[in-house]
Amino acid sequence: MTTTAEPEVGRARLRKEDARLVTGRTRWTDNLTLPGLLHLAFLRSPVAHARITAVDTEEARRMPGVIAVFTGRDLAAAQGSLPCAWPITPDQKAPPAPPLAVDQVNFAGEAVAVVVARGAAQAQDALVGIDVTYADLPVVLDLASAAADSDLVHPDLGTNRSARWVFDSAEAGTGGDVDAAIGAAEVLIERTYRQQRLIPAFMEPRSVVVDPTGEQLTMWSATQIPHILRLMLALTTGTPEHKVRVIAPDVGGGFGGKLQVTPEEVVAMVVAQRIGKPVKWTETRSESLLSAHHGRDQLQKLTLAARRDGTVTGLKVELLADMGAYLRLVTPGVPILGAFMFNAIYKFPAYRFECTNVFTTKVPTDAYRGAGRPEATYAIERLMDELAVELGRDPIEVREQNWIKHDEFPFTTVAGLEYDSGNYEAATARAKELLGYDALRAEQRERRARGDVVQLGIGTSTFTEMCGLAPSRVLGALSYGAGGWEHAQIRMLPSGKVEVVTGSSAHGQGHETAWSQIVADQLGVPFEDVEVLHGDTQISPRGLDTYGSRSLTVGGMAVLKAGEKVIKKARRVAAHLMECAEDDLEFAGGRFTVRGTERSTGITDVALAVFAAHDLPDGVEPTLDSEATFDPDNFSFPHGTHLCAVEVDTETGFTRIRKYACVDDVGKVVNPIIVEGQVHGGLAQGIAQALYEEAIHDESGTLTTGTLADYLVPSAADLPHFDTDRTETPSTTNQLGAKGVGEAGTIASTPAVVNAIVDAVRHLGVNDVEMPCTPYRVWAAINGANPSTPSTTPAPGGGLGSVTPTEPTGGTA
Amino acid sequence: MRITVTVDGTAYTDDVEPRLLLVHYLREVVGKTGTVVGCDTSNCGSCTVHLDGRSVKSCSVLAVQADGREVTTVEGLARDGELHPVQRAFHDNHALQCGFCTPGMIMQAIDLLADDPDPDERAVRHGLEGNLCRCTGYQNIVRAVRDAAHRMRPGAGPEAERVAGQMVGGE
Repeated sequence: MTTTAEPEVGRARLRKEDARLVTGRTRWTDNLTLPGLLHLAFLRSPVAHARITAVDTEEARRMPGVIAVFTGRDLAAAQGSLPCAWPITPDQKAPPAPPLAVDQVNFAGEAVAVVVARGAAQAQDALVGIDVTYADLPVVLDLASAAADSDLVHPDLGTNRSARWVFDSAEAGTGGDVDAAIGAAEVLIERTYRQQRLIPAFMEPRSVVVDPTGEQLTMWSATQIPHILRLMLALTTGTPEHKVRVIAPDVGGGFGGKLQVTPEEVVAMVVAQRIGKPVKWTETRSESLLSAHHGRDQLQKLTLAARRDGTVTGLKVELLADMGAYLRLVTPGVPILGAFMFNAIYKFPAYRFECTNVFTTKVPTDAYRGAGRPEATYAIERLMDELAVELGRDPIEVREQNWIKHDEFPFTTVAGLEYDSGNYEAATARAKELLGYDALRAEQRERRARGDVVQLGIGTSTFTEMCGLAPSRVLGALSYGAGGWEHAQIRMLPSGKVEVVTGSSAHGQGHETAWSQIVADQLGVPFEDVEVLHGDTQISPRGLDTYGSRSLTVGGMAVLKAGEKVIKKARRVAAHLMECAEDDLEFAGGRFTVRGTERSTGITDVALAVFAAHDLPDGVEPTLDSEATFDPDNFSFPHGTHLCAVEVDTETGFTRIRKYACVDDVGKVVNPIIVEGQVHGGLAQGIAQALYEEAIHDESGTLTTGTLADYLVPSAADLPHFDTDRTETPSTTNQLGAKGVGEAGTIASTPAVVNAIVDAVRHLGVNDVEMPCTPYRVWAAINGANPSTPSTTPAPGGGLGSVTPTEPTGGTA
Repeated sequence: MRITVTVDGTAYTDDVEPRLLLVHYLREVVGKTGTVVGCDTSNCGSCTVHLDGRSVKSCSVLAVQADGREVTTVEGLARDGELHPVQRAFHDNHALQCGFCTPGMIMQAIDLLADDPDPDERAVRHGLEGNLCRCTGYQNIVRAVRDAAHRMRPGAGPEAERVAGQMVGGE
């Protein structure tokens, strides 16, 4: 082995994962089949809120291929209640959450019965043979009236308010009193913003296969969280944890949407156990949109206090957060993840955040890319633009006046977090250059002066986020039910190859490639000689899985720590083999060299010697394999500056993104092409929130965006070319210097786009456009009309390139 | 009904229900699980395959409609161990993350290049409009398709699927 000329870390390695994926050699859960496999189909409630007065399954049982039909009552004793791992307050109110509804349904789409049949189509066919009688209850849809307890979703709880959570900088000792700041303010910006409901809309529909015939019950599931799922299945169903194995094979995207313990997983397990045969369930897209958890859905009442010179003096945030009908795995904690981020990169001296979590008769909400932090970033970045307008100043200049300067790090914020590093000046300067900020401002003035029908607007978002979830003690302080560590193991095979076992569970992030790069550098072995194993609780027994931009900063660190232990063990053996002191050995490029000599041995040679175990130092175990569990000391804080230029047709309200430029600082980068890909995908989802996507329930509580024709996941024709770049300010909280990148684009981009739209039409009297900024909403804002809010039908023309009046040209060519 | 369909060069004869969709025939009867189902309203394009050399969404075709015809899936593109230039370009340009939309995206991209061997960015974006990706934001997909176009001069499409081996080129 020779020293690698080019370090692997930082290199734009093409992905190992691709070879299978581009040729169709994939292992999606739905691909799996087993002898005698039976298929499940779920009957779902067509109504949003009702008592179940009778269920008749007789006809369904007689239909071709049907093996069994179960109702919630049939499974009541075995199915348990779906877990919520994050009780944010000691007095949080939570209803029982049966996987199959027993007495009452609380959202349209809730599962009420399951058919087991020999074929998937037969199971689906038999659903019409089930007759459920519902006694309607009043639907509870509007968040504000729900919070006022207009009608109750769960009458037994006595209120729709699940919990109220408060952070106050005066009480916490991290800042002043916000009401005093507001009282003394020379400038007050008061706004209410709505974070519309979104749907994660991962491309692979959820699927689960359960085989109950082995000594361990095995579940394959399209999940982000095989380890958490295993524990929760055991706790929910009473099956002992060591009798459950969970496998997440190839998983087709998640974005938080597969960070869940689903009703269907639990029912599939219980049914398989009862019948004694393997079962499979794969959802349709309509089922996915209708019943998999949604994201966002908050009302934000915001008050920003400032001095006339532009210095911010206080920020008060009052949230209503829509839980939907139940508390799923981390539902109540999602808004709390935003609690520490509203103050963002700015030096607010006083801050108060209060959030009321509210039940409605809608699909439960839970994690969706960014989870709490996009909502916070949107609010503060919209407010900073509004402040700039109030002061008649450039929005970037007002931000710079208030942000933490690069020489002020580490900086303890008013929310009590310690930001380790950052350079907002550098990222912003580069972003302005990339966008051509000054030239576009000049064009904007020119168009405005001549009253052009198409007006130009520029939006800014200088964001940060807390990533690398999370220090376990912080999670404990926030009453989360688990820690935030990650686990890894490195196995040194006798032939010189290396297996890396990781608790991170990739579903598109490229961990196999990135982890191989880290280990190749650290152990001095070829990239190709490293195999990364994950996603099976029997192979990777410990882990806390993939979400919250945590994999590299926590999971990658665990890999690095395991590697350090391998080297330490190997050093002792190498010293013994070369008859020298351990301190005399230098390790570089995969070789231990006796200092000042030519004598050396490779770590893979040591691995073989250890395997043979013929000649080891006394008391040394014959293995180099090592494992490590890494618990971070702090979060990491990626940041960046995103600038968006839009053209708004003032006659039609149609928005076209003219140019999108962003500079992200995610610290040290292991693989720049993977990082760039994460940024692109994040941007697409954040821009989609600004322009296209909204999950809409009609006045009876029926989801009207239940297909991909109605829920507007953008196509290639709906999105622009992105101009991306990076600055690199290493994180000081982990050895890799990495900060995380999975959520950055999504968090940053939404306010950049909306700020741009408002900027384009501000001179026409507009100071806000509600998301998604469809042509109708923009047109209505320009014309002083009041679009129905929240709307109950999808807005026409919000997306789908085929119907856009102006083609996106994209690109910078 | 009894049908005979040639899938990736092999002829299969099966008795199928008239209502069976081509995508379910491919996945469940023939075992071509490389082709996937992403929606139920023909919006996402994940199930795109070629029927007699042109792209179709196999969720919108009945298996019986493929009787006597040739289907090419993503599993039938490689020749003599060499990836199809579009597959290679997707890898080289990091045009996939989770990879679920990738088979359909590749099949549609090949069809697009058959019609327009040198599409500009706008043409690629519109040509792929019926295929949704949630991971990549499409930028690297667009890059990959244009890259593949350059590698495949003078043209792609049905011809490229029949010719063995020598599609490598470009940069």
